[in-house]
Amino acid sequence: MAVPVRKFDAVIVGAGGAGLRAALQLSEAGLKTAVLSKVFPTRSHTVAAQGGVSASLGNSEPDHWHWHMYDTVKGSDWLGDQDAIEFMCREAPNVVVELEHFGMPFDRNADGTIYQRPFGGHMSNFGEKPVRRACAAADRTGHAMLHALYQRNVRANTQFFVEWMALDLVRDEQGNVQGVVAMEMETSEVYVFQAKATLFATGGAGRIFASSTNAFINTGDGLGMAARAGIPLEDMEFWQFHPTGVAGAGVLITEGVRGEGGILRNSAGERFMERYAPNAKDLASRDVVSRAMVTEINEGRGCGPNKDHVLLDITHLDPEVIKSKLPGIREISIKFAGVDPIKAPIPVVPTCHYQMGGIPTNYRGEVVVHDQVVSGFYAAGEVACASVHGANRLGTNSLLDLLVFGKSSGNSMIEFIKAAPKDLPPLATADVDRSLARVARLDGQQNGTPVETARAAMQRTMQNHCGVFRFKDMLKEGVEKILEVESMVKTIEIADKSKTFNTARLEALELENLIEVAKATMISAEARTESRGAHVRDDAADTPEHPNGRDDQNWLKHTLWFRDANRLEYKPVNLKPLTVETIALKTRSY
Amino acid sequence: MDEIELKRIVWRSRRGLLELDLQLERFVAEALPQLSEADLLLYRELLQLPDNDLLDYLNGRSECPNVRLAPMIARIRDAQR
Repeated sequence: MAVPVRKFDAVIVGAGGAGLRAALQLSEAGLKTAVLSKVFPTRSHTVAAQGGVSASLGNSEPDHWHWHMYDTVKGSDWLGDQDAIEFMCREAPNVVVELEHFGMPFDRNADGTIYQRPFGGHMSNFGEKPVRRACAAADRTGHAMLHALYQRNVRANTQFFVEWMALDLVRDEQGNVQGVVAMEMETSEVYVFQAKATLFATGGAGRIFASSTNAFINTGDGLGMAARAGIPLEDMEFWQFHPTGVAGAGVLITEGVRGEGGILRNSAGERFMERYAPNAKDLASRDVVSRAMVTEINEGRGCGPNKDHVLLDITHLDPEVIKSKLPGIREISIKFAGVDPIKAPIPVVPTCHYQMGGIPTNYRGEVVVHDQVVSGFYAAGEVACASVHGANRLGTNSLLDLLVFGKSSGNSMIEFIKAAPKDLPPLATADVDRSLARVARLDGQQNGTPVETARAAMQRTMQNHCGVFRFKDMLKEGVEKILEVESMVKTIEIADKSKTFNTARLEALELENLIEVAKATMISAEARTESRGAHVRDDAADTPEHPNGRDDQNWLKHTLWFRDANRLEYKPVNLKPLTVETIALKTRSY
Repeated sequence: MDEIELKRIVWRSRRGLLELDLQLERFVAEALPQLSEADLLLYRELLQLPDNDLLDYLNGRSECPNVRLAPMIARIRDAQR
């Protein structure tokens, strides 16, 4: 079938921080650059980032990129690649000052320099004492970043294709990437965007879990496309969770509620934290609280008809204290749980927040498989695994990741495009045909599974079997269950087959991406029989030989999941930085 | 308003912030079919607001400077109870 082809030097999928930063680099170099986005760029999920962006500017007190690097390696539980981490931390001051020049309204000191505030895990002198390293624009850092980058891109003539969804990667017989197949939402027309270089900056896939802080658009489209095109996904077992999100909604309840006297209770009304942390009780650290909550649910003491959450009780607090000290929490609880916390406890559950794994890249943003660069293919931001976050991400490193690797992938693409032949090669059609067949299957499906049914089954399976704290038997069963869900997804059906802005079709196509991420996560997690960073298992406990359950002898390596037969491979962690000494293995404790 | 525009509005109710997704999803499902032409145009205008501003208005943290949008903000808030 003939599909219209649009030709560019570069095509970028995703218009969040990483996509916009890369696009700016390319457009300012005079290259013809297309950016595809499901939503208007400034409504990308980057807008949700409040905390700030880290850089060792040292505006308030002495700081050094090497200290930032140490904190990042430690945060990653030594699974991060030290070359990429050195690169990121050294580049941080440059990209932040650059962003300032693009018009980013950073908070400032009296002397006009960027104001920096302390943040969890940011330390000076290799873990000695807290340091002020986070740069922010009030509580709207992500929002301000998107606006500054978008305006700059408009000026540089980046061509935006807004309300377009990329469907599949196009590779030729040798595996070189030629662009993407994409659908215009208004018409459901399918086009090929052919380019010399293609970048995925599609963000994370937090929607695989029943409880997630991610916006509905975070469906791992880039990960699904990469997996279908034979590219492995790296370290997908590592996801950051927050202990208390509103059950069924995912909106976070700040940990300050427990600080004000909030108590966690199970279905018997028991204050269960007394058993897990007799001294700190409900004020125990994040991982201890999350683990206790999941254990209660797993042992049948969860609340609600599905016994799938616990309760956060503040009914014993003075209503005036709730109204004055926790007004936002009362609003959230009434809106999203239908519960006034003055009268009844809030249903809460550990909630997924950030994806550490992704498409394997080097620090230049080039996609790398079996030590070989995939020609013409790049990834940056949450969809990519460089890997700077390893097994756990340091706070404020997510926005930094977007800026540093958005820019570096843009530069790598410029180099590649300038060295490529002037004319685009003939388009290979096999992947295009496969993509069209996928859309046609969906339109022709009868007696299939409703999208909502399959999606709910996936989200429930991931939440129960592969959440913040993981059990050996549950993981094993989870692998079988997620493969059953996969067979449901193969027959998903939509009732509405209309062509214009068909949200049902888009959600079906998104689910086909999510299921790839869900399989990668479950299978990678089941196989990794240690605890490290955000991946914590009941059968990999804290022992003198393996502090925190980490097993460096067997598991100091990256997971690679291939869609084909769900094969797993492993590759070594790069412990060698670019210019400094290796940050040696140590027990991670704060 | 034609069907294309209506469906475009439904898609544009997908935002960058989860809290907006949840509130607008509920509003679109429950209230959108009953909106008059004039109200639909107001809702469409509201969707042009930056995510953070819109969330602040819906959460009552600040007042929308465009007073014409105030009734629509109130309706979305009402749909959450």
